[in-house]
Amino acid sequence: MRFSHKHLLGIEPLAPDEITMILDLAERYVDLNRGRAKHGDALAGLTQINMFFENSTRTQASFELAGMRLGADVMNMSMQASSIKKGETLIDTALTLNAMHPDLLVVRHPHSGAVDLLSQKVNCAVLNAGDGKHEHPTQALLDALTIRRAKGRLHRLSIAICGDIAHSRVARSNILLLGKMENRVKLIGPPTLMPSGIAEFGVEVYEDMAEGLRDVDVVMMLRLQKERMDGGFIPSEREYYHRYGLDAEKLAHAKPDAIVMHPGPMNRGVEIDGTIADDINRSVIQEQVEMGVAVRMAAMDILARNLRSLPKEVMA
Amino acid sequence: MTTLLWNARLINPETGTDDTGAVLIENGAIGAVMTNSAEIAAAKTRAAEMIDCNGKCLAPGIVDLGVKVCEPGERHKESFGSAGLAAAAGGVTTIITRPDTLPAIDTPETLEFIRRRANEAAPVNVLPMAALTKGREGHEMTEIGFLLDAGAVAFSDCDHVVRNTKVLQRALTYARSLGALVVGHPQEPTLSAGAAVTSGKFASLRGLPAVSPMAERMGLDRDIALLEMTGARYHADQITTARALPALERARQNGLDITAGASIHHLTLNELDVADYRTFFKLKPPLRSENDRLAVVEALASGLIDTLSSMHTPQDEESKRLPYEEAASGAVGLETLLPAALRLVHAGHLDLPTLFRALALNPAKRLGLACGRLANGAPADLVLFDPDAPFVMDRYTLRSKSRNTPFDGQRMQGKVLATYVGGQQVYGRE
Repeated sequence: MRFSHKHLLGIEPLAPDEITMILDLAERYVDLNRGRAKHGDALAGLTQINMFFENSTRTQASFELAGMRLGADVMNMSMQASSIKKGETLIDTALTLNAMHPDLLVVRHPHSGAVDLLSQKVNCAVLNAGDGKHEHPTQALLDALTIRRAKGRLHRLSIAICGDIAHSRVARSNILLLGKMENRVKLIGPPTLMPSGIAEFGVEVYEDMAEGLRDVDVVMMLRLQKERMDGGFIPSEREYYHRYGLDAEKLAHAKPDAIVMHPGPMNRGVEIDGTIADDINRSVIQEQVEMGVAVRMAAMDILARNLRSLPKEVMA
Repeated sequence: MTTLLWNARLINPETGTDDTGAVLIENGAIGAVMTNSAEIAAAKTRAAEMIDCNGKCLAPGIVDLGVKVCEPGERHKESFGSAGLAAAAGGVTTIITRPDTLPAIDTPETLEFIRRRANEAAPVNVLPMAALTKGREGHEMTEIGFLLDAGAVAFSDCDHVVRNTKVLQRALTYARSLGALVVGHPQEPTLSAGAAVTSGKFASLRGLPAVSPMAERMGLDRDIALLEMTGARYHADQITTARALPALERARQNGLDITAGASIHHLTLNELDVADYRTFFKLKPPLRSENDRLAVVEALASGLIDTLSSMHTPQDEESKRLPYEEAASGAVGLETLLPAALRLVHAGHLDLPTLFRALALNPAKRLGLACGRLANGAPADLVLFDPDAPFVMDRYTLRSKSRNTPFDGQRMQGKVLATYVGGQQVYGRE
């Protein structure tokens, strides 16, 4: 089995076998992370640069920790404060960094496709840590690993994704991944927060929580992306919480053993009731964070293996 | 001085014919169009110069309505010199320039500058459009009368839709009193604000801000209602969606003075060509679905859509090598208009006379120009081309200063062999 990609830019180009390959390797890193000596050497001698053009705490920390645990030299660049503010273009920034010979570049950017553009201009492996409203592949992979561990499989499950689908790259990557692995995906949210053409994605679309959550195995809540709203998508937070916020009453429509997920950071009392988020029998939100580190270790390990076998061609 | 172009396939958009014959050029004008062999033999004895066209196509030169030449303001993207050479190489004999320059062409003085620069630098005819409102800001109308006197052939704010309907109503009313043609951009501006692609599955998959194709119909519906109120002469610059066509047809049936155009890119490409964020395919309005493309092609063939143009919009590498949302819109098209349009002929959508009706005759008629015809007395603005010659497009061969063509690397058919403006050859392959 081979992983046939130089970069991890999205779930879209991945084959089901490649997804399984990352998850299988991540399982091994879960064990490593739970041990006393949390150190491997898969990335020893390699340089990892985290470039975040958009604020992030947890994703950046997760990638940083993943790189350090595998022995990479990790550098964080907060692009908000740097040359971008001085008018440098994304491509010039990429070329500048490329000259420092990094091996792994982890990039988050507010514009869809920006990570793709950057990957064309560098010699190293690029990991998309979220680009605009496009994809967030490691989030979908960590969600998949969490589901697989909780449910014992990653196929023929009924999975609801609820909330602000339109502005969510997490939703897009999850829809693609769960579809590739042959699950039944249900999207629930107000029509103003559904992207156009969504019915053509091979998903079921619901506007009512009770109906959409009926007999699902997994409930994925999305953050209501307040900072991305142009304004006027929903009448108010409280009406949203009343109709779409996950509480015990709505969750009762799901299977009794359904798990609850959230990519974080949560808005308690907006999209999810605090007691459900904290319910250790239902919520796997903390487990998601743990899987995040393992999945990112696995993804960087696999890309680094490819990197060693690839000739270093020079691109303009 | 007489020149005889003989042994040519004469593509005549007025008569809809495609026959072998000859054209006699006398003093810069078409002296005779002949298909009778005895007549041609007689002409051969009189002509000072004879050119054997080897059975290739001879058609009226293209009249390209809506070309952006980036003078004044962004001469590094395109000058009258480079645009003129590109036009000549593309078989375009008349460029109708857009006023969306920096600053906008909104006074007789700036229009005068354009006319002078164009005459110095370009080997083809250049006729300018002027802005409809000052600074293309949509607040106050320009000096339409003075601008007409200075040579403006039409008035347009280009992609800046006049948001204030009252301002547009007054401008249309004033323009009607002078018989001026107003070129509108049918688009509902608040719906399309910030959009980079057409809404639908592809837009959602790529996570790009999108606009519904309905925004075009809403814009067109408003403009049509204003035409009913004012009786102005109106041309919609680009119709790109199926949903706008019934509105256009009804307006035509109701006797309104309305014509419509299409851009070559919307007729030969669709939204999926954007693929992995290829910014050379970012246009305004954005590329549409395949169903929309086919509907507009059909409308062009039936004559519901009158004109076909390149919507030539030069952008330099810096403004295109950006994340898709931030990248500039537009594509160059002067040199690729004809080979791209021939795709429609090769695909069987329309014949050559119908194509040249949209490329030359209709835009000339709409602007009141004598060119665009193969007829006695018309200016000898001609293009000789081989409709079948294959080539692979290499953007670095373009004469435009900007090379932002979406056809780079694509296989195309159709090469211009010679271009004549006023009987003078301005382009020819050695």
